[in-house]
Amino acid sequence: MKITVLYFARIKEAVNYSTEELDLPNDILTITALKNWLALRGEVWANLFNGKQVVRAAINHNLVDDLAKIQANDEVAFFPPVTGG
Amino acid sequence: MTVRIQTEDFDVGLLLNQLRLANPGAGALVSFVGQVRDINDGDSISTLTLEHYPGMTESALAAIKAEASTRWDLMDSLIIHRVGTLKPLDQIVLVAVLSAHRGEAFKACEFMMDYLKTQAPFWKKEITPEGARWIDAKLSDDAALKRWNK
Repeated sequence: MKITVLYFARIKEAVNYSTEELDLPNDILTITALKNWLALRGEVWANLFNGKQVVRAAINHNLVDDLAKIQANDEVAFFPPVTGG
Repeated sequence: MTVRIQTEDFDVGLLLNQLRLANPGAGALVSFVGQVRDINDGDSISTLTLEHYPGMTESALAAIKAEASTRWDLMDSLIIHRVGTLKPLDQIVLVAVLSAHRGEAFKACEFMMDYLKTQAPFWKKEITPEGARWIDAKLSDDAALKRWNK
């Protein structure tokens, strides 16, 4: 299943790019599974996605929790807790 | 009901007057302006850069206004939020709410700011003499949001 992933703020700086197209393995169906899968990419990714820091997620512009299901062609975004206003 | 994300500054007096004069049935106009502080966590701030998530930001702010309208009887509202690089004393955000009487406008304005602070995808990075740093979200903002749980 193909999805687009976006990264923002300190997460974007850590991974060093802002967007990528991913073709997910069949068993990656939730935000939790996607985080765990991304954490396998190496130390930087593991530090971000191993659960020690809060990483918020959105699917198609809606804030979601980690149990949310991912579908083909979704736009998934990962970012730190927001600090506007 | 307007939501604007922009790099340019805005004229609060002009905007509030326009809103007021467009709503002759409103007896109350409440507004909030947020500005860049010159000091944070003991360090002087030279610039503050605001990043956002284009597309999601607009829909999050529209959702905040819609939620406020379901809770209170509002006649009009406005949210303007700046992005890009700002300096101390620059305006960051304007929220304005009009209602027939003051009580609803006061509550709705505070509600919209509490939601914006915790739900709208903006991130602040500040430059201090110690270097650049991302601002961390505050637990007090989450606590402020919880007050509004139905």
